[in-house]
Amino acid sequence: MDNLIWGYVYPNEVEIQWSILIVLYPYITGLVAGAFIASSLYHVFGKQEIKPVARFALLTALSFLLVATMPLLTHLGHPERGIEIMFTPHLTSAMSGFGYIYSFYLIIVVLEIWLSFREDIVKKAHSSKGWKELMYSALALFSYDISEKALHEDEKLAKRLAIIGIPSAAFLHGYVGFIFGGIKANPWWSTPLMPLIFLMSAIVSGIALLILLYIASMKIRKHAIDHKCLHSLAHYLWVFLIFDVTLELLEIISMKYESLEEIDIINRLLSDKIAFTFYGVQLTMGIFIPFVLLLLVGMMKNRETLKMIMISISSVFVIIGVFAMRWNVVIGGQEISKSLSGTLTYVPVFFSQEGVLPAIIILVIPFIILRVITYILPPWKDMEEEVT
Amino acid sequence: MEVTRRKFTKIGCKVILGAAAVSAIIESVVTNGTAAENSPAGEYDWNEHFWGYVVDTRKCIGCGRCANACKLENDVPFDEPVYRTWVERYRTKRDGEVVIDSPNGSINGFPEDIPPEEVKKAFYVPKICNHCDNPPCVQVCPVGATFATKDGVVLVDYQYCIGCRYCIQGCPYGARYFNTEKGTADKCTWCYHRITKGLLPACVQACPTGARKFGDLKDPDSIVNKILDEERINVLKLDLGTKPKVYYIGLDREVR
Ligand code: SF4
Ligand code: SF4
Repeated sequence: MDNLIWGYVYPNEVEIQWSILIVLYPYITGLVAGAFIASSLYHVFGKQEIKPVARFALLTALSFLLVATMPLLTHLGHPERGIEIMFTPHLTSAMSGFGYIYSFYLIIVVLEIWLSFREDIVKKAHSSKGWKELMYSALALFSYDISEKALHEDEKLAKRLAIIGIPSAAFLHGYVGFIFGGIKANPWWSTPLMPLIFLMSAIVSGIALLILLYIASMKIRKHAIDHKCLHSLAHYLWVFLIFDVTLELLEIISMKYESLEEIDIINRLLSDKIAFTFYGVQLTMGIFIPFVLLLLVGMMKNRETLKMIMISISSVFVIIGVFAMRWNVVIGGQEISKSLSGTLTYVPVFFSQEGVLPAIIILVIPFIILRVITYILPPWKDMEEEVT
Repeated sequence: MEVTRRKFTKIGCKVILGAAAVSAIIESVVTNGTAAENSPAGEYDWNEHFWGYVVDTRKCIGCGRCANACKLENDVPFDEPVYRTWVERYRTKRDGEVVIDSPNGSINGFPEDIPPEEVKKAFYVPKICNHCDNPPCVQVCPVGATFATKDGVVLVDYQYCIGCRYCIQGCPYGARYFNTEKGTADKCTWCYHRITKGLLPACVQACPTGARKFGDLKDPDSIVNKILDEERINVLKLDLGTKPKVYYIGLDREVR
């Protein structure tokens, strides 16, 4: 154990408190926020190119949102008391708003999904029999009005909801950044840029996930990929990567330039503890390589398959890079001692309540949920029509 | 609780006996007497007190009795790396390197692992929760399970804490730990069960040199106020604005 520690760490710090599960929490909420914002590009900003994936993006957001509380609850010393955060929130705590922000956002996402699928649900209710009819009727809330006028109203409402949805998605995730950014005890966390950095990396990870899921779904369904849509997503991914890298570098550069008391330990963190995951995975693999690849995609003509492969690689890299970013924040921040005179090492365990296994399970669940929801509510409306 | 107290009395006796070898015992007994008198037993009204703590680093000999007494008094497991109080050793070597350590929180004392002739300067610094007047741990607790009492003590409500450990992250001094048995955060209480009965915290009582002092800031004649009036004092991490109520005499710039 001793060789995991360098220098002096406070005796109580030997135990790392926030494990890989707490890395997952901002990662998952980030994917949610990103996917939702991607769908808003269509719903709010009327970007028609995004339309093919707009509804799918909402379902993706919901699937991940449903598991967002899991890593937190699993990690609590008293999960059964977790609900107190709703009943007696202590408002000076950045964490206390979680229950409310989460619930509010969940309602918005569900409503948004309901409105964009209502027409299909009603049609399904009419066309199916037995328990299916019952299920779809219940989903339709037994209101079957799908007249032109009603649908138009739906659309208007959906747009308004999405307009509220964007700031709340931004809030949901920016606020997660503040949970870390507001901790003055930890020089690696304490920066007002944290919410923005979290938000930008959330958006890129969400878009990248959407791209991958879209390509995978089309391959599974043996359906042609809408390249216009794909390129548009890739374009937004590229744009948000620029914001992301600007903020992330700004933070490091200003820390290094100002060289306050904590700079020695920060330098040690960056050059020793998280050198590989920070410079290697987060910056090079997660940002610079995708940035260049996507730039090339933007310049290339034709050669759709090659472009698709490049976009896919970029997306995989972005998703891994953002995970590394969460890791570097959550774990990196705990690998430096608050005595500023030492470092420690987090060694993940596989089988334990806070180990790698539960983390993997929690990461797999959203894909299962997504499979189920897309079965009940097929999001590929336009293509459905093409096929039949 | 009863068992603990009995156990503690036993240890307390041992500690006092052991300390007799140290000439400063007289001073410590005298101090203990006065501070205890300042808070008479009986009906305890928390509006009448506001506690403060002084550490005189010049007096600490690094014996670790305080850390031992604390674990015994408060049932802090001896076999886990968790401490409500501990002592740090700072050594500046001839080549200028500063070596800080606190092996097992000082419970078994300090081994002489650097030859004395290589050490230029050395001193000990006892550490404990600062019961900050502007406590970040209280600020960040999402359910209000960590709170400050009217008499200036920061406590954890074990029946309420959800075990999120945000407070452990929020404390800049490493004063908190996770109690695996209770599934909650835990920390120094300044022996709240003792001070509300007019007794001193166990660590203060156990210190053979009088390096640790405890008293009522609302009482102008308390030992703590006397020191604050006369000495040049400092607190840890002043710049973080936590307003600690553990005041240090002889705090070196190397101390974190
Ligand atoms: S020292 Fe730490 S645990 Fe104690 S009151 Fe201050 S912030 Fe809270
Ligand atoms: S661990 Fe307990 S006391 Fe600490 S912040 Fe969480 S709920 Fe509050």
